[in-house]
Amino acid sequence: MAEFDELPAAGNGLLDRRFFLRAGVASGAALMTASASSLERQEWMKGPGAGMSEAGAPSSHESHVVRASIGSLTGTTGTGASRTPLQLLDGIITPSRLHFERHHSGIPDIDPDQHRLVLHGLVERPLSFSLDALARYPMVSRIQFLECSGNSGASMAPEPAQGTCAALHGLVSASEWGGVPLSVLLEEAGVKPAGKWLIAEGADSAMMSRSVPMDKIMDDAIVALYQNGERLRPSNGYPMRLFLPGWEGNMCVKWLRTIKVVDQPSMTKDETSKYSDLQSDGVSTLFTFPMGVKSLITSPSPGLSMGAPGLYQISGIAWSGAGKIKRVEVSADGGKSWADAALDAHVMPKCLTRFRSAWRWEGSPAVILSRATDESGSIQPTRETVLKGRSTAAFYHYNGIQAWHVAENGEVTNVYV
Amino acid sequence: MSTFRFFAVAGLSLCSIAVIAQESPGLGELVSSDELAALDYAVLPNGDGLPAGSGTAVEGSTVYQQYCFACHGDKGSGGINDALSGGHGSMTSKSPVKTVGSFWPYATTVFDYVRRAMPLSSPGVLTNDQLYAVTAYLLFINDVVDENDVIDAKSLPDVKMPNRDNFVWGYAPGT
Repeated sequence: MAEFDELPAAGNGLLDRRFFLRAGVASGAALMTASASSLERQEWMKGPGAGMSEAGAPSSHESHVVRASIGSLTGTTGTGASRTPLQLLDGIITPSRLHFERHHSGIPDIDPDQHRLVLHGLVERPLSFSLDALARYPMVSRIQFLECSGNSGASMAPEPAQGTCAALHGLVSASEWGGVPLSVLLEEAGVKPAGKWLIAEGADSAMMSRSVPMDKIMDDAIVALYQNGERLRPSNGYPMRLFLPGWEGNMCVKWLRTIKVVDQPSMTKDETSKYSDLQSDGVSTLFTFPMGVKSLITSPSPGLSMGAPGLYQISGIAWSGAGKIKRVEVSADGGKSWADAALDAHVMPKCLTRFRSAWRWEGSPAVILSRATDESGSIQPTRETVLKGRSTAAFYHYNGIQAWHVAENGEVTNVYV
Repeated sequence: MSTFRFFAVAGLSLCSIAVIAQESPGLGELVSSDELAALDYAVLPNGDGLPAGSGTAVEGSTVYQQYCFACHGDKGSGGINDALSGGHGSMTSKSPVKTVGSFWPYATTVFDYVRRAMPLSSPGVLTNDQLYAVTAYLLFINDVVDENDVIDAKSLPDVKMPNRDNFVWGYAPGT
């Protein structure tokens, strides 16, 4: 076999994206010597293992892989968020038990036999659907991301907050969402010509509500019943939720109970006072619906320190509310030079896409970044670009480039470049 | 029937079976107007959906003390949760303070949200009169209405919030 050639692709040790696809990579990696004891017949090999069970659980050795940065407003237990441990996961699917949560007044304990979805307002026939009825409709399923528009809000702070990917960016997850196209139900009810918006309302105790334009509904909205092959978890809207691919998470109303067709938005609390974007000139933008093109290096990242200098995989996720990810570039020299990352085979619209780069780390301090481009041609902006013109109190819809600093000792921290 | 929708998965040139058609099973049950009245909480900025009833800030002060004070503080500020008053004119400052009075564009949103979600531990306990009264109180402590102004389905949509003209839309219908 020919001597393996590490093709440089950008500064400070970034290698060609085809690196991992080449034969003989192992010969290029440092060889580790196995300790003799680990190769002997182990205790768990000296008798039959555990039996079957009705439902599985992760290994007890993986108990640290849990949702993080759980917080609720003072005096409440269910008005807050928990975050997906992105830095501890690989691939693109978020295990349902680790999907982020954002609730506005806790998780209701809904009896599915009592629950109804009612379509009313500007329709010919106000209709009620039971869960059993909806389960008989033709369904679609798609693997797509869901992101809270408050995700990464800490990146707008004047100084870089220190925390893991979960703490800083963990309000994004991806699942296979299955359910009934809402357009089918609305056609059954008969939308009147004046019906241009709808108000979706949940069965939580806050009756959380959002206004959604009808063209999005008719495009790709579903009433989701399934998440990753099983019925929705209570924390994700059991028994049904609205799912609007690519649009801000708050609009994907959980525990969906009523849909009222109207001729104008309701201007609910959450769409005006909360998920709007304040500029420094005092003007606020309402209705920023699609989530912008974004990416993030999840490994290495804070909490996942580098070891000895050598060959490493840089890995992360990219996504866009506008469609597919077309390209992800990685830099290991603070943005002076960039190399294309390899994209995993599953590149789907409005879904997380996994990217990987090979990096020969020589052990000196480095700043690593990723930058995504989507199929509409939008390029993930710098932090400076995102913040331009925004108020110091702005918090939502942040999609700037994330930089991690790798210190000589391998520690990874959040930095602004 | 026109209400039926046909699914067509077409254009799969590499597949021999390309079309799956299915009718909507049409399982929605008609809902009566009485049933709708019981579940319809939607309020629009033009006042659509506001119920009968009325209240003033004077009456609302009592409601506020009983149900809201513990979390939102004296006259809507200094509490453990969101400030509801103050911050007027601060949106262009280095430290904007978003409250009902300084930020919220529509007065109808106050009624809509309080009716849906407040008080946090027991939403639904307030009567429509109490809801109008506490809405009036929240507007009064923000200098938007007078203490004795009667707030009801007719007057509430006409209340212009101080920050109303500072909003634009990021979404253009039809795009």
